[in-house]
Amino acid sequence: MPLAVISFTEAVQQVVNALSLGSTYALLALGLAMVFSILGLVNFAHGELVTVAGYTFFLLHERDVPFALQVPAALIAAMVAAILMERLAFRPLRGARFVTLLFASFALSVIVQNLFLAFVSPRQKGVPFPDTFSGFFTIGPFTFSNLQLMTTAACALALVALTVFLRRSIQGVGMLAAAQDFQVARLMGVRANRVIATAFAISGLLAGIAAIFIVANRGTIEPAMGFTPVLKAFIASVIGGLGSLSGAVLGGFVLAAIEVGLDATLPQGALPFRDAFALLVVIAILYVRPRGLLSRREEGA
Amino acid sequence: MSLLEIHDLSVRYGPVAAVRGVDLHVEAGEIVALLGANGAGKSSLLGAVAGLHPPAAGRISFDGAQIGGLPAERIVRLGIALAPEGRRVFPRLSVADNLRLGAASRRDRDGIAADRARVLELFPVLQERLWQAAGTLSGGQQQMLAIGRALMSRPRLLLLDEPSLGLAPIIVAQIFELIGQLRRDGVTVLLVEQNAHRALALADRAYVLATGRIETSGTAAEVRASSGIERAYLGLEVEP
Repeated sequence: MPLAVISFTEAVQQVVNALSLGSTYALLALGLAMVFSILGLVNFAHGELVTVAGYTFFLLHERDVPFALQVPAALIAAMVAAILMERLAFRPLRGARFVTLLFASFALSVIVQNLFLAFVSPRQKGVPFPDTFSGFFTIGPFTFSNLQLMTTAACALALVALTVFLRRSIQGVGMLAAAQDFQVARLMGVRANRVIATAFAISGLLAGIAAIFIVANRGTIEPAMGFTPVLKAFIASVIGGLGSLSGAVLGGFVLAAIEVGLDATLPQGALPFRDAFALLVVIAILYVRPRGLLSRREEGA
Repeated sequence: MSLLEIHDLSVRYGPVAAVRGVDLHVEAGEIVALLGANGAGKSSLLGAVAGLHPPAAGRISFDGAQIGGLPAERIVRLGIALAPEGRRVFPRLSVADNLRLGAASRRDRDGIAADRARVLELFPVLQERLWQAAGTLSGGQQQMLAIGRALMSRPRLLLLDEPSLGLAPIIVAQIFELIGQLRRDGVTVLLVEQNAHRALALADRAYVLATGRIETSGTAAEVRASSGIERAYLGLEVEP
């Protein structure tokens, strides 16, 4: 099939697809960028925060805990897991070289995966979500899934809340300052450990929110389920400019738009290689803007 | 008892000794200048006092309490603020947020508001640019912001690291006039400067540092009259 002219309805449908897919990418990329901007650490164990939230849903469902309680429990579990990662794995390595931190985060990712493998199950498990998540609704000629709407709305809400926190509260402004010049932020009295713990907690919360929709979409959980999300989040934050918060969000939506666009236009036979084509587009973007779309100029200019 | 008392202080960066066995004191209400050539160890000394890097040896006491080796975020709460070399304002935050962060160690809302009003009165240009990103200010305005930000913690001891560096002479004059005004407000200042003549004109006492050691010290007049200052600035190695 050549690049067919698509109808208006189909175009709207695809935009909604891209927005909802981009929402989960954006939430995950934002968490990665938050930690990177302050610590200079790319936390590849970030995907395991999604896994932690996913297994919280599974374990609580097994025990017949109502869904309304599963959601806050999953969010809290992801936040606590993020804080523990910082405390147990990254704090002892404070000030270590970039590569050391990178390998530590890979190791942490493998360890967490194996904990689930050993103590829960190595197999995929079904996690049923309430029917609301699988429903559809229609506006005129358009049909949207509830899940897409909820994903996009939750992402928008989280972005607004985070922006207000970062711009208005002294803790938030302190985090932005620490990302720009950690040493001087400490001179001002910003507490280093608190800022770093908060960055991890926020990244965990955002990963937990994303996990709700990732699990709802997959319907299952498994120990390695965090790998694809963290990979997409990493690509998204690189597209946007590593360490830039707004860049991470933009990168998430750009990556989703590329993927959805390719899904709609690639010939049937090429669809299995969609991710390869997507990465080709990403490489083209980075060729034009090697430091990412919203990369900042070097300091001191 | 001196407000700041430094005894036998050494600061090292790996194998390099930046400060070697320095004794120095600052009395409450004084302006003390710390002079010396590039690389003499002036900034390292201020950094050790402010908690940017721990001393390798020696004691630093502030108001009678040992502070050597405490982290910066604790030291600012004790009443020491540093306006660092190269200004280092937060470039992508507004002037208002930079000032707000200067008071990050405080919780007294009314006091913070009063000090902010005072800082904006001292530097009217910051009032005009309150919502502008600090990185878009001129060098002189950034220096004023860096000093104003340091004042927002309401320090008893203000450490100023090269406040005139890279600024036009007219701005330098303004900055020095301001430091004089701070003294009248009762702020104690330890001032690191390359511009020795201006610093000595303002300071009560001065120390001259050369390759990490005190070369000369005394009242501003004594230091001006001594030959140590030229030697220190020319970077001549002085054998004991």
